[in-house]
Amino acid sequence: MALLGQTVICGLLLGGMYALIAIGMTLIMGVMKIINLAHGSLVMVGMYVTYVCYRAWGLDPYLGMLVAMPVLFLLGCVIQHFLINRLLEVESVLPENQVLLTVGISLVLTEVIRFIFKSDYRSIATPYTGEALLVGGMSISIAMAVGFVIAMVFTYLLHLFLTRTDLGRAIRATAQDREAAQYMGVDARRVTVITFGLGSALAAAGGSLLLPLFYLWPDIGHLFTAKAFIITILGGMGSTTGALLGGLTLGVAESLGATYIGMGYKDVVGLVIFLLVLLFLPHGLRSLVRR
Amino acid sequence: MEARRIVKRFGGLVAVDDLSFAVREGEIFGLIGPNGSGKTTVFNLINRFFPPTSGTIHFGDRRIDVLSPHQICALGIARTFQVVKPLRRMTVLENVMTGAFLRTGSVRRARQKALEVLDFCKLMHRKDFPAGKLTIADRKRLEIARALATEPRLLLLDETAAGLNPRETEEAMDIIRQIRELGVTIIVVEHVMKVITGICDRVMAINFGREITTGPPAAVVNHPEVIKAYLGEADA
Amino acid sequence: MHRYRIWAAVALALLALALPFIFNSPYYQHMLILILIWAALGTAWNLLGGYCGQVSFGHAAFFGLGAYSAGLLYLHLGASPWWGMALGPVVATLVSIPIGLICFRLRGPYFALAMLALGEIFRLVFLNWISFTNGPRGILMVAARPGKILFYYLALAILGLALWWSYLLIKSKFGYYFVSIREDQDAAEALGIPTTRYKLYALLPSAFLTGLVGAFYMNYVAFIEPNVVFSLGNVSVMIILVVILGGVATLWGPTVGAAMYIALGELFRAQLGAANVLAFGVLVCLVILFLPNGVVGEVDLFKRLMGGKRRGDVGGSLGSP
Repeated sequence: MALLGQTVICGLLLGGMYALIAIGMTLIMGVMKIINLAHGSLVMVGMYVTYVCYRAWGLDPYLGMLVAMPVLFLLGCVIQHFLINRLLEVESVLPENQVLLTVGISLVLTEVIRFIFKSDYRSIATPYTGEALLVGGMSISIAMAVGFVIAMVFTYLLHLFLTRTDLGRAIRATAQDREAAQYMGVDARRVTVITFGLGSALAAAGGSLLLPLFYLWPDIGHLFTAKAFIITILGGMGSTTGALLGGLTLGVAESLGATYIGMGYKDVVGLVIFLLVLLFLPHGLRSLVRR
Repeated sequence: MEARRIVKRFGGLVAVDDLSFAVREGEIFGLIGPNGSGKTTVFNLINRFFPPTSGTIHFGDRRIDVLSPHQICALGIARTFQVVKPLRRMTVLENVMTGAFLRTGSVRRARQKALEVLDFCKLMHRKDFPAGKLTIADRKRLEIARALATEPRLLLLDETAAGLNPRETEEAMDIIRQIRELGVTIIVVEHVMKVITGICDRVMAINFGREITTGPPAAVVNHPEVIKAYLGEADA
Repeated sequence: MHRYRIWAAVALALLALALPFIFNSPYYQHMLILILIWAALGTAWNLLGGYCGQVSFGHAAFFGLGAYSAGLLYLHLGASPWWGMALGPVVATLVSIPIGLICFRLRGPYFALAMLALGEIFRLVFLNWISFTNGPRGILMVAARPGKILFYYLALAILGLALWWSYLLIKSKFGYYFVSIREDQDAAEALGIPTTRYKLYALLPSAFLTGLVGAFYMNYVAFIEPNVVFSLGNVSVMIILVVILGGVATLWGPTVGAAMYIALGELFRAQLGAANVLAFGVLVCLVILFLPNGVVGEVDLFKRLMGGKRRGDVGGSLGSP
């Protein structure tokens, strides 16, 4: 029973951090209507920035993320402004070109990082790495608990930003109907650039929170792209609360799967769920609730 | 073609509410009503872009609301779209040939048929134009030509005259009359009253998905309820 | 067909036949064979992705199935992997039917994502089903193998088949229907086209040819491993790159793209060393931004703008000289 409890709680805590990454993706998908296969690479770059802060200045990852987020915000803005917005002006036979462009971006980011840091596995050792809270026979990693709390704080701040500020409302308006938003005087191009920056910053935040828990190497990005996708599809495109629920669901499902099914097929389960949701629940898990 | 008590709901919104009507063979049947009254939805139900919530639709002695759009077209019901859907990177000729392929597998015969239809619709001079680069008037005409190439017995025309200037409207009306001469039954959805009174044999006016009245064009257009429905729209 | 075109075709065929003797070294012959492999893969993908507009990010599934059909025949029955050349395409085609029926419910990027997920599922299953597939250790074939010349002609025959098949389909009703589905699925459906069925008609030959190339690959390289033949990054995505590089929805585009892809790959590897993958990433971005319809595609567009008439070609980018 304690094992089950611990498994579920671990899953929820991890899921909260995944959710932060996925909220970044869902924001980008919602506003730009693009499929961003480079999202995990942005997470990865964010993790390396935090890692460098730790190695060079001994900065704790929870402080390092405050460096990583603005850096990734800028990187995101640059990608959107110089690559993705530019693509909209290109006349091409296949609109799905856009997906391949993000693959190219992901390739570039991964290889640049590999060029600098090589393919070595890296990790950081903070004083609290390996420390755990003991609650009723269950041991909960402190890094997970703290990471979860910070992720929830960020999610709440984002929620406030989107609902209470003019810029946040402009972002939501553009997501709902770009043309209508433009008629209302929203500068859609600027909104897309800021949104991509914001999404990238959230990816960096999620990655930094996970840094004490994961090994870091250049190809880890693909893992996060896959996770963010599954969560986004589960939660329904463009929905922040959906992404939060999807993140928690995936975290628990993964955690249970790893404990009870075995590591090898764990990812297959995730992909099969992804396909089924894509096919039968076009609005994610929410469509189950509505029926 | 006959619709029996068809209803279409989108969530809480009732787009078509218990509508019944029959179109006689060989006539031009008009469908009018203010914006959002459910006219295009009726077309989308007939060619089964979505299924009716309840009610049935019949064509000849076949029940067609259980078929898929391509089967309905194969049975002889073709349609045009209010928001035109040209196959943009194909030429005008290729667009029409795509329609003609419904009745033949041969490229040569499809081209021959398409050329006939283009001639009929007075689009011959545009035949090698990429469809994406046509003017609005030519696009509307291409919609008709493409639908006609599938050799329909019933043709659904969705706002063919919208956005055309008076001369182009006259030409469109001529083409529609000539199509009827071929023995094709036609249902038109239209806002331009001149077209309705000019070519229709009978007209049905709807509002909020419900029938207001049906009858000869002049009577329907001057029906007080119909005028009220349109004025109501003007107020809003 | 104009007379000069016939002569051009004959000259091209003769050149293709003579190439391995012109480049008479194993290294160049290997490069030529790789070009043929990628050209055939691109041509197969182009039928479904370029003409029909169903962008598949999961063609590695068909490639891997073809390769593993040959490999597993050898591993379990000790049969010559040449039999795999018969079995591989059939297996890939059969598997493509349920895949198509499932995924064609989705449109645009969602179809692309579903295919991506399916390709990955195949990779993971072949990686983990160790008792049947040998898992990550892969399958190594130890047997006497013919020289490169034979492989070259075999690959040439496969590419020939792919081009000929594509040509026949494109010039017929199928080509018009494929392109109309790409341009506007609703309009196609309203014109009486059973869109799901025709998407399947594009997928079947595409999967067949991809499986055939996969089986050929097993014979040629004599070693396969799930992470190689079911690879998302190195197979599924690179096929798309080859097609976009050369020309989406053009008959010869994928072949041109394959030659560029292999040549650039060698150039990058020789000049840039470790940074060669980075160069590829940059290349992908540049091509999509500045050459989205490929070399052949842009040439066609140019000709059209100059008022050149090309009769009998469908769909703007559909035809090619």
